[in-house]
Amino acid sequence: MRIGVFVCHCGSNIAATVDPAAVAMAADSMPEVAYATDLMYACAEPGQKAIVEAIGEYRLTGVVVASCSPRMHEPTFRKTVERAGLNPYLFEMANIREHVSWIGKDKEANTRKATDLVRMAVEKLRRDAPLHSRRFPVTKRVLVIGGGIAGIQAALDCAEGGLDVVLVEKEATIGGKMAKLDKTFPTVDCSSCILGPKMVDVAQHPRITLHALSEVEELSGFVGNFKAKIRKKAPYVDWNLCTGCGACLAKCPSKKATDRFNEETGLTTAITIPFPQAIPKKAHINPEFCRHFMTGKCGVCAKICPAKAIRFEQEDEIVVEEVGAVIAATGYDLADWSGYDYLGGGRFPDVITGLQYERLLSASGPTGGHVVRPSDGREPKTVVFIQCVASRDPSKGRPSCSGFCCMYTAKQAVLTRDHCPDSKVHVFYMDVRAPGKMYDEFIRRAVDEYGVDYIRGRVSQIFRKGERYVVRGADTLAGAQVEVEADLVVLAVGAQAAHGAEKLAERLHISYDDQGFFMEGHPKLRPMETNTAGVFLAGACQGPKDIPSSVAQGSGAAAKALCLFAKGVLENDPQIANVRPGRCVACGKCVKTCPFGALNIVEARGRRTAEVVETVCKGCGICTATCPQGAIQLQHSTDNQILAEVNALCRF
Amino acid sequence: MPKTYAYYPGCSSMGTSAEYDRSTRAVCRACGIDLEDVHDWTCCGSTPAHVTDFGLSGALAARNLVQAKSAGRSEVLTPCPSCLKNMKAAQHHAHDPVWGPRIERLLGRKVPEDMRCASVLEILFRETGAEGVRALVKKPLTGLKVACYYGCLLTRPTALMEFDEPENPQSMETLLAATGATVLDFPLKVECCGASLAVVRRDMVQQLSGRLLDTACELGADVLSVACPLCQMNLDLRQKQAACRRQTKAAVPIMYVTQLLGLAFGLDEADLGLGGLIVDPRPVLAGIGARSEEAADAPAGGQDDAKAVNSGRAE
Repeated sequence: MRIGVFVCHCGSNIAATVDPAAVAMAADSMPEVAYATDLMYACAEPGQKAIVEAIGEYRLTGVVVASCSPRMHEPTFRKTVERAGLNPYLFEMANIREHVSWIGKDKEANTRKATDLVRMAVEKLRRDAPLHSRRFPVTKRVLVIGGGIAGIQAALDCAEGGLDVVLVEKEATIGGKMAKLDKTFPTVDCSSCILGPKMVDVAQHPRITLHALSEVEELSGFVGNFKAKIRKKAPYVDWNLCTGCGACLAKCPSKKATDRFNEETGLTTAITIPFPQAIPKKAHINPEFCRHFMTGKCGVCAKICPAKAIRFEQEDEIVVEEVGAVIAATGYDLADWSGYDYLGGGRFPDVITGLQYERLLSASGPTGGHVVRPSDGREPKTVVFIQCVASRDPSKGRPSCSGFCCMYTAKQAVLTRDHCPDSKVHVFYMDVRAPGKMYDEFIRRAVDEYGVDYIRGRVSQIFRKGERYVVRGADTLAGAQVEVEADLVVLAVGAQAAHGAEKLAERLHISYDDQGFFMEGHPKLRPMETNTAGVFLAGACQGPKDIPSSVAQGSGAAAKALCLFAKGVLENDPQIANVRPGRCVACGKCVKTCPFGALNIVEARGRRTAEVVETVCKGCGICTATCPQGAIQLQHSTDNQILAEVNALCRF
Repeated sequence: MPKTYAYYPGCSSMGTSAEYDRSTRAVCRACGIDLEDVHDWTCCGSTPAHVTDFGLSGALAARNLVQAKSAGRSEVLTPCPSCLKNMKAAQHHAHDPVWGPRIERLLGRKVPEDMRCASVLEILFRETGAEGVRALVKKPLTGLKVACYYGCLLTRPTALMEFDEPENPQSMETLLAATGATVLDFPLKVECCGASLAVVRRDMVQQLSGRLLDTACELGADVLSVACPLCQMNLDLRQKQAACRRQTKAAVPIMYVTQLLGLAFGLDEADLGLGGLIVDPRPVLAGIGARSEEAADAPAGGQDDAKAVNSGRAE
């Protein structure tokens, strides 16, 4: 092998604390190195050109670049050597920036360490074999999980781009959290008026298949060729027949069912349609409250239904959908605030969450849009809003800012003044965070035009005083303790990942953070991707987001799916596990440890042996470490290569 | 076999809270909890020590733990939350790189780490519990409306005291509800009474304690139940001052939880030290029997609010 070594200065990033020329000179005497030099910026156009030219001039058959992290520029340099006619896997990178120059100031020691890393890369390269990607066809269909605004936007954009879309929604209707909101900030326009048309578009689009009241139970396969197992929960109504006329709702005798859509601010019937604009507008039965299921007697809905659509005997249905990409858009839920004893933790009927307050404000809510106290139905004279409940609170394990609460609190404060002009409105806040377009102006309007009283400080306790509540807190600007007697207290409870998000993440083979939010591929540069190819993220499932950001990310995730399918065929990464059948004893340990299900035991030439499904293997290397026979090798990181690197490092 | 606890009375038991000490001993005896006084016990250092030097405070408090340990005991029980806090803090500071060595030097030995410390309330809650109390009740406190007041120290700092819910504790309520008393949902149960500011800022104590008294009166409390000598003193001894300042006429007896339990157990009033209280509880207590009839049908009080979930129904 004729190896070329290129040591990058990265401007002063590397050259300030490493001597690249000295590293290159040391590399010159390493085995099989035919050429070594230093470059100002290896990744820039002149740097790449120098590499290409050197390959031609010195007839190089392998290249080492000593520069930054391979996560940064490995793909760049692979393409460079490929352009010069080499196999892209006859290339190695030594990371002398993040691992050397950025973390140490001793130039002499740094130079020695950089030289060691280059020597390791050279030894690895000497044992590299050319690798070739396999090409495979893709299924041009997308699975969108979650029918909130982010999922709706992603589904519509994919469908408009010519892809078939399967939209799975856990609840009986799409619309998500946005459908529960009364108005939206900062324009105070009606939420369901701007969301409704998009929901109808979903229902009517010929390329979108909607599975409501359904959940993804399993995702198998790999990018371009996934198989999703979807459980369609029984609505106990034949949705092909149901016309959504609502006759059953009017006659249902069980009127005390939990109203999840109204955030439990009211009660509903056992057979129900979540709200008038629901998509699909089909009735479903909640068996927990249905008299037929509880006592075996009743069946009023079945008698009254003009379409004869009631099916008490209906069972859950499993459907399997084949898709090429998945967009997760499962959104958020409010954090559990029952541990907040000093705020009552749910003991006081008139201390409610912001989302519950939205339902009280909404004309389609349980009070018809009249702001009243849940306890006695009286109109509140004084309303106190408390921000940052279960947000920015490390003492409760919730250190992060939920981002949108400042704005929705201001909106609700303004709407309160609109609904009840005589009311007094106070907001306890820590900081007002309003960085969006027209956001800060909106906060100013709340203060200046609507006379909302902003008190900077946290609340230490809410307690009952007769019919009212005393909210005690600090006014940190005045340096004083304040007490406000309130009729109604609204808590801006922070967001956490939707219930069950962790479970779904495991089914989708993607990772999640300590709050349950799905992890993006890169916090800045890959916000829509995950580390599982073909699985994308949209909306608040990745972190709290307001509506504009959720819509933007929905469109972004759709663009990612469209890009993926634009090629028609996909290439796999050849850096995957490979079985040497001669050594394999078919013990099956690798099959058990593989987190991706990429290994099987098969019969080949009359004997049993492990086999790697090339398109599923992610090249994690767990099987190679597990195999007691050393029969599985990770291509491009074989045991021999790793040992050669270790020997190069420990040669003295 | 009943467990024997080392008993640390603390200095206030020798004076202002003698009735707490007496009622604690009487109730523990009734509950089958053996108390053995810490031999040659000394002051825990109280506030003066811990505001100046954690080392000194730690050594003073820990000396009593050493004494208890050498007597073969594994857990110290004390009626005073302040003493309790100092003992627990001594064990906590023993691990501190600065205070640890200082405490050890002053003490002349290591702070016993395996010694547990607890308040009377905690032991009664843990060992006897609602079931145990119910079994011992001879004269139910039926109809007596009690507001339970914990003060600042019994449950906090949370990580140190490790007892009950820090913001909304329920142990005292649970025990007293078992005596048949009507337990009120007292919202200021962990608020500050003014504590030792009584010495330097009497006005502040009058304001803070006055508030507690006013709220208890508004709720219709017959008695305020306490578990801390200092709280008891501020609320009882200074009740008239507070009332004067706030121009109210509240007269609420401030009783130790042990006194109330003792009454329900039918213990001798002399053993409970009722005579030591400033606001005489006897008129209120005399009404218990009279009220018990009318209250017989009433719900077992106070717990309704605690249990009511935020159903948020608008009718």
